[in-house]
Amino acid sequence: MSLTRKDVEGIAHLARLEITEAELPVYTDSLSKILSFVEQLGAAETGEIEPMAHPLEGESQRLRPDAVTERDQHAKFQQNAPAVAGALYVVPKVIE
Amino acid sequence: MTLHTRSVAELAAGLARKEFSAVELAQHFLSRIERSNAALNAYVTVTAERALADARAADEVRAAGRAGPLTGMPLAHKDIFCTDGVRTACGSKMLDNFVAPYDATVVERLRAAGTVMLGKTNMDEFAMGSSNETSWYGPVRNPWDLKKVPGGSSGGSAAVVAARLAPVATGTDTGGSIRQPAALVGISGIKPTYGRVSRYGMIAFASSLDQAGIMAPSAEDCALLLGTMAGFDSRDSTSVDRPVPDYVAELNAPLAGVRIGVLKEFFAHGLEGATGALVQAAIDQYRALGATIVEVSCPSLPLSVPTYYVVAPAECSSNLSRFDGVRFGHRCKDPRDLMDLYKRSRGEGFGAEVKRRIMTGTYVLSAGYYDAYYIKAQKVRSLISAEFKAAFDKVDLLIGPTSPSPAFDIGAKVDDPITMYLNDIYTIGANLAGLPAMSIPCGFDGILPVGLQLIGPHFGESRLLSAAHAYQRHTDFHRRVPAAYA
Repeated sequence: MSLTRKDVEGIAHLARLEITEAELPVYTDSLSKILSFVEQLGAAETGEIEPMAHPLEGESQRLRPDAVTERDQHAKFQQNAPAVAGALYVVPKVIE
Repeated sequence: MTLHTRSVAELAAGLARKEFSAVELAQHFLSRIERSNAALNAYVTVTAERALADARAADEVRAAGRAGPLTGMPLAHKDIFCTDGVRTACGSKMLDNFVAPYDATVVERLRAAGTVMLGKTNMDEFAMGSSNETSWYGPVRNPWDLKKVPGGSSGGSAAVVAARLAPVATGTDTGGSIRQPAALVGISGIKPTYGRVSRYGMIAFASSLDQAGIMAPSAEDCALLLGTMAGFDSRDSTSVDRPVPDYVAELNAPLAGVRIGVLKEFFAHGLEGATGALVQAAIDQYRALGATIVEVSCPSLPLSVPTYYVVAPAECSSNLSRFDGVRFGHRCKDPRDLMDLYKRSRGEGFGAEVKRRIMTGTYVLSAGYYDAYYIKAQKVRSLISAEFKAAFDKVDLLIGPTSPSPAFDIGAKVDDPITMYLNDIYTIGANLAGLPAMSIPCGFDGILPVGLQLIGPHFGESRLLSAAHAYQRHTDFHRRVPAAYA
């Protein structure tokens, strides 16, 4: 599998990552190598095998009762935020 | 006998008979950190004041007659575990300014047991790496040879235990991140069954593979800590509600009659001669100690690395989408608009390997490629898991090398991701199948330690630990300390 620069630019956009001009050829090369490497999976006989959904047989995602279990600690949590106003997180204007 | 060369079990006994206080013990390790950490780069944060406060509290608990087996025991936490009020950076520029607002369950339980936190250990960025070279804080050095890597991603935890800058440290293992560094620095490390230890507050990399564990000089030490860490936690939706055995009480289970399978695929191409010979000698010793050794095969196991490098990046691309520059973590300067804020914050905050894995994951999950890559990999994962299950119908444990070679030079593999990924060829299988596994030291290639890997069936931690303990009662590799740190 060989990716083009354009492919990598598309993937980086989907992943919301800014990639510099200098980085583009490096990622184009290494991502192509990784995809070629994983292509050997295609040769595995997997016929009727179900894709794994949980590492432990018989276990599935547990549900919990729909009850309030957290207390309000927003002031503490917001101490890590880059920009806040009151109880809100501030980002650049989204709607013109 | 010097304090730092003692095992966790010996230190616990010393504390219990009041040979030294928790404060004296903490001070001893803090002064060792002060002297040696700069050269090793193993701690990214040293919490000296917190350690002394924890230690004073532990001494009071002991004076009041309420001490448990771990009261006053110093330890280091991998910087992937959230620690309330203490920076938790996960090896990343993205979280360089992040002060965790709560304790991970592992941290909370060990704290409640009276342990004393010395600091937070360096690691590969977001646990993505096998050499500790992807850390934003720079590489950790191997205490046996400062030119060599300590392995990764729990490289800092491995180095602090090997250099005796802590008696024990927590780690996490997604594809070998406890076992491979344990092997490369000559200590013992256990990755429990998936779901055995809570992942709450452990910064997520690949949620179906991540598991917390412990790194210490001996299997007995691992047993002492694991019982406290393990158990159901309602805050982790994949935590398993199942009683935790008394791992210490079960340590002396006899080896006679235990069937151990030698995995044929682990001795194929890629294994270095000296490492293979030491592992073979350890297998022979197990036979001499009364275990029955048989050869078994999991033919799809060679596909574990490519399977992992689809599944883990897929999950990482999803998990790391939370780092958006909005609520916490790095934010770029003067964003033009929201898209610019996302892209530049993430582009600047993440290092090269993390970006590579996010992009790999984004690609394999994208429309048109999902079935060919992701679903196919999850099918191969089922295949590998079924082959392990069939093997455990015949044997109680599996045995083989932990890593194909001893520690390699810093810088030797950084330019080629595939070569780096192949370091985990023997460890990834256990993660894919959710199995418990451990690495213990089994000899030296020159001055560099070599690790032996034991893999058990689901919830087979007791058998793993007792088999490792039986070997360690007859060998002293786990007691060796690099000369510069003895």
